[in-house]
Amino acid sequence: MRYIEPHAHMVSRVTDDYLQMLTAGCAAICEPAFWAGFDRSSADGFYDYFCQLTEHEPKRAAKFGLPHFCWLCINPKESENLELANDVLTLIPQFLERPTVLGIGEIGLNKNSRNEMTVLEKHVDLAARHNQLILVHTPHLEDKLKGTRLIVDLIKSDQRIQPGRVIIDHVEEHTVQLVLDAGMWAGMTLYPESKCSPARAIDMVEMYGNERIWMNCACDWGVSDPLAVPKTALEMRKRGHNAAAIDKLVYQNPLRFLSQCPKFKLAEQ
Amino acid sequence: MTRRQILDLYFMDARWKLIDLAAFIDRVERAEGEEDFRMQAFRTALLELSKGNKERAKQVLLAFSDPTTQPIAKAMGKGAVGAYKKTDSN
Repeated sequence: MRYIEPHAHMVSRVTDDYLQMLTAGCAAICEPAFWAGFDRSSADGFYDYFCQLTEHEPKRAAKFGLPHFCWLCINPKESENLELANDVLTLIPQFLERPTVLGIGEIGLNKNSRNEMTVLEKHVDLAARHNQLILVHTPHLEDKLKGTRLIVDLIKSDQRIQPGRVIIDHVEEHTVQLVLDAGMWAGMTLYPESKCSPARAIDMVEMYGNERIWMNCACDWGVSDPLAVPKTALEMRKRGHNAAAIDKLVYQNPLRFLSQCPKFKLAEQ
Repeated sequence: MTRRQILDLYFMDARWKLIDLAAFIDRVERAEGEEDFRMQAFRTALLELSKGNKERAKQVLLAFSDPTTQPIAKAMGKGAVGAYKKTDSN
């Protein structure tokens, strides 16, 4: 089996995870910028983080023969501070031409506040001006439905953005249809305690189809499993999905979306 | 897959989760004090399981969700608690 891990926060993982993922068939890893678990005190912290994502982490992955790509932004959890967000937004363009940067992400909303909306709008504008792909984080738990609606409406209102170049991540049963109806891609995140279980993710594929949809582990410093995607592929096999259907979901679909960025190239392509 | 095959694959897991759910409710009700908005939302969500709706997972998620449509004035924290709490400001 082969798969692409389209959303993993490897800076928070140990090196053994790279080996485990490679052993399970991982062909590439994509790492969106996210919240460190604490608020960074200045834009300088983000500068260092973006260097880590674009320089150090690809080298660490390369030791295992794994291509490593990334997305850049200030995460919505830090967007309430408009001054900090503006400073970070000013930093991002100098990194966009680096060879492993795929686009702007994971932007979005956390508590659905006005300041978060302002920063989201600025990120979308940045992506439009630089012709970047967009990866969106949707809020957690009780905030997800409202946040997903606000995000989809905001992006749809910007005529420069093609919906097919946007992935809305962390969808669940109450948000997947509205994302797909908007012409955007939907990401299902497989977590041990929240978001989607493997069984529910497969249910959604069976109910809503396997077009414009992918699965990811979003492993980070919290409770998460870097092997969630291959484990779900095994469960798909138990559910009677054939090898071609599994390959489409865990390899071909992410390949199709990510290849819209010309920098996303895999050796076996 | 047939309904029998789905049961073969998932029944024991669902049975275990259902008993755990029942034990959770018993535990809450044995404890001192009042329930809060989370348990009220939980009980509303439970009702969805016995309805004939074919999208129970979606309906349960909706029962916990913030139904409002406008951004809030300011994020007072970062976390979510799992159920929507109606306040005077929303």
